[in-house]
Amino acid sequence: MILTPLHLCLLLSSALFCIGLIGALSRSSSILVLLGVELMLNAANLNFIAFWRYGPNPAAGTGVLFVLFSIAVAAAEAAVGLALVIAIYRHQRSIRLQDARRLKG
Amino acid sequence: MTGLLIIALVTLVPAAVAMALRNVIHSALLLILSWAGIAAFYFWAGAEFLAFSQVLVYVGAISMVVLFAVLLTRHTRTDGGVAPDTLGRALAGLLIGGAVLGVLFGAVLSTPLPIGSKPAAAVTVHGLGVELMERHTIALLVVGVLLTVALLGAVVLAASDSRSGPEDAR
Repeated sequence: MILTPLHLCLLLSSALFCIGLIGALSRSSSILVLLGVELMLNAANLNFIAFWRYGPNPAAGTGVLFVLFSIAVAAAEAAVGLALVIAIYRHQRSIRLQDARRLKG
Repeated sequence: MTGLLIIALVTLVPAAVAMALRNVIHSALLLILSWAGIAAFYFWAGAEFLAFSQVLVYVGAISMVVLFAVLLTRHTRTDGGVAPDTLGRALAGLLIGGAVLGVLFGAVLSTPLPIGSKPAAAVTVHGLGVELMERHTIALLVVGVLLTVALLGAVVLAASDSRSGPEDAR
């Protein structure tokens, strides 16, 4: 059993994913839950880059392009998510997830 | 190899501390460090353009949006954050996360992977641009439309409703 650099990259990204998962599951501030989701997205991007770098064909920039699109979508998601947090705060005067049980505005 | 370990340390420790802290502002500031660590990983892996986009988008833009959201949703000046709901919920989250971590680590460590010692072929910015404009033109256009629609939607969601009176629009 030897640890290749690809193993280390995958271990790093799975650890980052689990940190994001724990944050998204256990925190009750909606901003922190959103940040946990962002961390999980970043972990997935790390996997793309790791497999691109150590994959059979690193000359094709497919992994880089995938992460580029992923970063663009993540930016849109963060903007919409934080706008939702602000809208919820305006209605409920709180950003606790337990207080946001009503869909009616 | 040591470079990767340092990058892992810089990425994982701030992320873990940020998820454990109670003050949301401190968490956001620590996550900036974590995102910078991820940019360093991209740099280490030979994807320089991605490292710059990570710095621009995450370290520059998303962190500012998060800080603005934190500041806009505070009750008072000293209101640091949100108290955790119950100990049970935190423990359940920790348990599930630990279980997922164990499964992932077991799967990764028991998989034989190629060594891949050959140096990374340089993917130049020019090559990326040609790829984007030739093979992935549709995807590029769709991402542009998605960003436009998402940002317009964010403005519509976050804009204060003028009918609800001035006391509601703070």
